Amino acid sequence: MSAAIEVSELRRRYGGSDGFEAVRGISFEVARGELFALLGTNGAGKTSSLEVIEGLAPASGGTVRVLGGDPLAERAEIRPQLGIMLQQGGFPSDLTVTEVALMWGGTLTAPRPVPEILEMVRLSQRAAVAVKALSGGERRRLDLAMALMGRPTVLFLDEPTTGLDPESRRNTWRLIREVLADGTTVLLTTHYLDEAQQLADRLAIMHQGEIVAGGTVADVVAGHPSEIRYELPSGGPPPWAPEDSCVVEDGWVITRTRTLQRSLTSLLGWAERTGTELRRLTATSASLETAFLALAADNGAEAATTSQLQEAVR
Amino acid sequence: MIKRLTALGRAEMILLRRNKVLLFNALLVPIGAALLVANLGGDGGLNAGATATVVGLFIATLLLLVVYYNLLSSYVSRRDELVLKRLRTGECRDAEILAGTALPAVTIALGQIVVLAGVGAVVLDLPAPVNPPLLVFGVLAGCVVFTALALLTAPWTRSVEAAQVTSMPIMFACLLGSGALIPLEALPDAVARVGRLLPLTPVVELTRLGWLGSADGSASLGFVGSLQEAAIPAAVALGWVVLGVLAVRRYFSWEPRR
Repeated sequence: MSAAIEVSELRRRYGGSDGFEAVRGISFEVARGELFALLGTNGAGKTSSLEVIEGLAPASGGTVRVLGGDPLAERAEIRPQLGIMLQQGGFPSDLTVTEVALMWGGTLTAPRPVPEILEMVRLSQRAAVAVKALSGGERRRLDLAMALMGRPTVLFLDEPTTGLDPESRRNTWRLIREVLADGTTVLLTTHYLDEAQQLADRLAIMHQGEIVAGGTVADVVAGHPSEIRYELPSGGPPPWAPEDSCVVEDGWVITRTRTLQRSLTSLLGWAERTGTELRRLTATSASLETAFLALAADNGAEAATTSQLQEAVR
Repeated sequence: MIKRLTALGRAEMILLRRNKVLLFNALLVPIGAALLVANLGGDGGLNAGATATVVGLFIATLLLLVVYYNLLSSYVSRRDELVLKRLRTGECRDAEILAGTALPAVTIALGQIVVLAGVGAVVLDLPAPVNPPLLVFGVLAGCVVFTALALLTAPWTRSVEAAQVTSMPIMFACLLGSGALIPLEALPDAVARVGRLLPLTPVVELTRLGWLGSADGSASLGFVGSLQEAAIPAAVALGWVVLGVLAVRRYFSWEPRR
């Protein structure tokens, strides 16, 4: 069975041949029933890529196949099988939630009943409320409901939990897991790394229009060091530094290691033997966050971009 | 396609019902303008010229207010709320989204024709339409042209409020230069020549031919005669339709300008 989504050397340029190239030859595949996450900061090219894959914009180069077809040229055949949630999209603010659902359902080939879809996103109690009176989180849930209303085979979610409170985020994750369990393929973009870590079967990290890393979370994290940090009392012994790198930054002694348990055991043994107090000791396993930041640094991120990355991973 | 258009049209009709200003414009202004002009003639009944003016003004207000201005407001509002962008992610084709938004205005325009035919016959002694198919064709062509003009004005319109300003050039040019209010023959030759090329002019001529049997208030040419006379304005109107559709494909913007 072919992949649900096949992207090969995709390019997208704005403003003619001399214009800005937002997507620079990315390639990946998404298997049927899989959740694939595209990660990156704002401006990394995620939404620009997604718009082409969804069939909303033409590619400047490369090819995209969704369910075996061209999503732009074969839009009429493919679109009924897709559900799309935009990063920014709206509904008429003077319509109620039910009226929006009736309108949207009326444009679909095989829509879920309105009460069912509102129940799925927990908006039943707000059915008679005008869109303009909904909170930002409720609007995102309404948006998600419309993306799910046509029982899509492939679901595109562009930053689905941006602006949601923690409980709503977890409810959205629950819903995404439910549609995955039904066999739906999901392509998710997010800059919340915990979201990708929670949901993604595989992921790709985009930076300045290119994919700089990809695979499972474990694949991406592998090779990136865990971190031990502590403070030493003034006048104490020099920092312990066995085989791993050890740096001092702003009073913190930081050890980056690929063997966290062994290094930590050695450190604690050394502290015990020398009677050294390790103040504010922390040990953190390698995570998507550390991998993400390291990849950005490796790929020549400017200072502004690095701070943007750090903001994004918080 | 019908199902999708109906769903979008129904939602637009709800929105129109909730906007009192647009609803007033759509339902009362055209027929009110026609009745006002008719009553200016006194109690002696309408002569042929006055009848032509009543029909012309009615069609002008119908297309300029009900179709052009209302739709310009609707398209700008839907664009700014990112509704158009969202609708493009569904199963609707682009043309269906634009047509669905226009459906209530076009339905009201056709309904108003029926109302004026009834009210006009009773209150103003307006004759029954001589060539109803030609009348409907003229109104439909006008609806398409002014829907296209609304779509082409939208990219120049930053907000719904700004529509009051950006719609002015087309509103005034068409109202004053298309023979709807002032006969083209009464205008200087150079102005009249330009006026004949305005998008409303062929529509006014077609509807007068369809309703009264003549475009200038002279004696009715009858069903067949009005058809023969309609060839040139029909060609001009269709030219505007083609031009409008091509321009919309090229210039219409689905998202707010950044």
